[in-house]
Amino acid sequence: MKVGIVTFPGSNCDYDAWHAVQLAGASPAYVWHKETSLDGIDVVILPGGFSYGDYLRAGAIARFSPIMTAVVDHARRGGPVIGICNGFQIACEAGLLPGALLRNANLQFVSDMVRLKVENADTMFTHAYAAGQMLRLPVAHGEGRFTASAETLDRLDQEGRVVFRYVDAAGAVTEAANPNGSMRGIAGIVSAEGNVLGLMPHPERAVEAVLGSTDGLGVFQSMLARVSA
Amino acid sequence: MTVTARAGDPAITAALVAEHGLTAEEYQRLLALLGRTPTFTELGIVSALWNEHCSYKHSRLVLKTLPTQAPWVLQGPGENAGVIAVGDGLAIAFKLESHNHPSAVEPYQGAATGVGGILRDVFTMGARPIAILDSLRFGSLDSARVRYLFGGVVKGIGDYGNCVGIPTVAGEVVFDPAYEGNPLVNAMCVGLLHERDLMRARAEGIGNPILVVGARTGRDGIHGASFASEDLSAASDAKRPRVQVGDPFTEKLLLEASLELIASGHIVAIQDMGAAGLTSSSAEMAARGDVGVTIDVAKVPVREEGMTPYEILLSESQERMLVVAKRGHEEATRAILAKWDLAAEVIGEVIAEPVYRVTEGDRVVAEFPGSRLVTDCPMYSPPARESEAIASLRARDVSTTPERAEEQDPGWTLLQLLASPTIASKRWVYRQYDTTVRTATVVRPGQADAAVVRLRGTDRAIAMKTDGNGRYVHLDPRVGGRLAVAEAARNVACVGARPLAITNCLNFGNPKRPEVFFQFREAVAGIGEACRALDTPVTGGNVSFYNESPSGAVYPTPVIGMIGLVESLAHVTMSAFHTDGDAIVLLGEPTGELGGSEYLAHIHGVVAGAPPECDLERERATIAALLDATRAGLVHSAHDCSDGGLAVALAECAVGDAEHPIGASVELDAWSALPDRALLFGEAQARIVVSTADAPAVLDIAARHGVKARRVGTVRATSGRLAISTASRQVDVALGELARAYHGAITRLMTPAPPEAAVLEQHPHPASF
Repeated sequence: MKVGIVTFPGSNCDYDAWHAVQLAGASPAYVWHKETSLDGIDVVILPGGFSYGDYLRAGAIARFSPIMTAVVDHARRGGPVIGICNGFQIACEAGLLPGALLRNANLQFVSDMVRLKVENADTMFTHAYAAGQMLRLPVAHGEGRFTASAETLDRLDQEGRVVFRYVDAAGAVTEAANPNGSMRGIAGIVSAEGNVLGLMPHPERAVEAVLGSTDGLGVFQSMLARVSA
Repeated sequence: MTVTARAGDPAITAALVAEHGLTAEEYQRLLALLGRTPTFTELGIVSALWNEHCSYKHSRLVLKTLPTQAPWVLQGPGENAGVIAVGDGLAIAFKLESHNHPSAVEPYQGAATGVGGILRDVFTMGARPIAILDSLRFGSLDSARVRYLFGGVVKGIGDYGNCVGIPTVAGEVVFDPAYEGNPLVNAMCVGLLHERDLMRARAEGIGNPILVVGARTGRDGIHGASFASEDLSAASDAKRPRVQVGDPFTEKLLLEASLELIASGHIVAIQDMGAAGLTSSSAEMAARGDVGVTIDVAKVPVREEGMTPYEILLSESQERMLVVAKRGHEEATRAILAKWDLAAEVIGEVIAEPVYRVTEGDRVVAEFPGSRLVTDCPMYSPPARESEAIASLRARDVSTTPERAEEQDPGWTLLQLLASPTIASKRWVYRQYDTTVRTATVVRPGQADAAVVRLRGTDRAIAMKTDGNGRYVHLDPRVGGRLAVAEAARNVACVGARPLAITNCLNFGNPKRPEVFFQFREAVAGIGEACRALDTPVTGGNVSFYNESPSGAVYPTPVIGMIGLVESLAHVTMSAFHTDGDAIVLLGEPTGELGGSEYLAHIHGVVAGAPPECDLERERATIAALLDATRAGLVHSAHDCSDGGLAVALAECAVGDAEHPIGASVELDAWSALPDRALLFGEAQARIVVSTADAPAVLDIAARHGVKARRVGTVRATSGRLAISTASRQVDVALGELARAYHGAITRLMTPAPPEAAVLEQHPHPASF
């Protein structure tokens, strides 16, 4: 399986995604943002970073990069897309996912190890986990406060599209466990068709014990198993 | 060629010369060098190159006494960064630099551009930055101004490093009224390269084109380097326009493009355009290569119309590089930059004629013979004399300082010290720094005495740390200089690394004052002694003088940036206790020393006495013993004793890991001859708290190295308390209380952010829904 990792100007987690994909057993390839075709690519990763410096609004300029037309087409055809951190922001800006990611509630950049609960283990990105499983993943962002209208949030909940939530050690969604003030503690969601995942935490940074956690590996393994099948 | 003055340039007068910071003697030297009156442009160039910041004119002769050699040193002082070999053809480039003055007037941009500059220093060596460290000093957090400076500096560092995508992994923050008017902001960058890719900033090859690359040149930061070469005053705020504005996004593009350029083989040299911009980068590259250069300022891409040669040469616009390409490779060079949406313009060439020439179109606006502009810079050995007031402070017997009534309970004292912002957890700070990007951070901030970043594809890792105790140096500069190196080495050893080499940033007051120059000379001597004893040569560094504000000079603060090598990831050691029943062993010996301690400063407001003795042979042996025990797999945790002494070190071992606090009971009655407070809070050096399942084996290794060591207690997972007994007193505090003091102090002092979030929520971006 070939995983294309899009490098926008300002992407800085492309390198980490590359290694995580390789570790999971798939073959990674960088895709330069000025390219227009995704030929031979099975899965697209929009990696973290500060595309275009995030100077206008996180992800707002990257969505206009030439490659994004091909990414949107790929997603519309049911092709898997994972947006991590800045990639989640880009996916929202490109209309692949609902909602928006606003500045963290405390107005500070937040870098930490957080606890997540797998809310839906029946997606192509999470079936390697058990439902309700607790994960430890790093977050590192300034604009990660997931925000959407009440109707959108209700729909996400009803359709089981909230994949990850920030929780405390007891598994409860609390203000203290929420690093950025995201509505309903939402850390990651999938599209209505289930083929686009957006999440603020960094699964690609938690793939080796030496890094403090291997809990992120499941995202890549899930996807690999499903796409290769 | 004939140099002509430009229409509109001011006439050269004594007042104009003085305004450019040149003394009468320096101006005479310039006249002798040129054999004529300089043009305005030339005066600007000399002012930029001969200021303290660029020329090191007061420090160079003293710095020459430092040891710089070792078989593993690939590049010592004199380049953009030092480079050491770490095996397998891999090398580490690293450098520490100050951005104090800009940060004092504009904390956010001052700190941000400090990070930007140090990153460029490292990636111009052909190294990919893998970590950033920051060493910060501020006044007391009780002051609103200090909270503003602290908050702004931390945000500036974070926003820049986070955006470029380099993890900020370690550092220190010290709060002391001595830094009230003049904070210190020192940033260090560590980069990784293959030895074969090592690039030097040396202009070579007659006829090779010189290109300016990256951002366009604007009117910002003109004379920033001279601003950094004078005392801060009430007028400093008016010099805020001299502070540059950072653009980390362009920096990220420049980083990728530069590394691609270096790997491409199309260029022969590359240098950051940092302090004194185009002037210093071009003059220094020419001097290193011993060649002439000619530059046409009319070809430099500018941000606005009508910029004069003077402004273009002295602009400190950020995110620019000067590149010497191979002749005929201009287009290939441009193509690489264009891929990253960066501009590159040929602005000059390397010439055989030994001259530094600047033209504006056809007109020559500045010309200096050979590289004398750089090599003929004045050098000073100013008078040095110790301040009598400081000598008598040091001589004071602090052991008689009366105890406060509350100190009857040393647990109270311990809690006070843990909540001292200098000692307390810096989580408020590093939570704003991306610490895990690049997936190589093995030890994050708050986990151990130094950061550890792995070398991907090997079983090895690099340990890194900055250290420097200004209070010690203030009281005894020679000993303080030694201690800074010793503590940095100990910290790196605690995480399981062999100390290899240092960079330094020497922050002092006005060197023209004999008592300041005395501190500088002595501190450097102390650093040199320690580096020789510990076999950690100096590979480069930075001097920041004139750290003085109307309230006086800061503490003389040499900061040491230490690099160590972890030979196997299995050796990586955290600082917190973690296993019930482990023995707690103290390597090293308590003494009765209290001088210069955080205890005296924080509990009694006293800064006096002699700082702790620094026995370099003992330091060396202690590190060797610890590393032997680590390699034998005996060490479960290791933490050195520094600010706040043994009791604070034990408390940090107990509650340092906020998620897993663990109790301990410790008996110190073996040292009943020592006063309780000196035993608990004195800062005797060369001490490390170790937890181990096999105390006899650790004690045996210590004995073999001639290091005094003793089992002092046991880790107790179920006690929920830290209990430390001396012959006459008892500390017995619940872990929750210790953790609250230690982890909450800085957050409590920093005013919470205003509830702006609520306002934003009412105006979400409609297109996103």
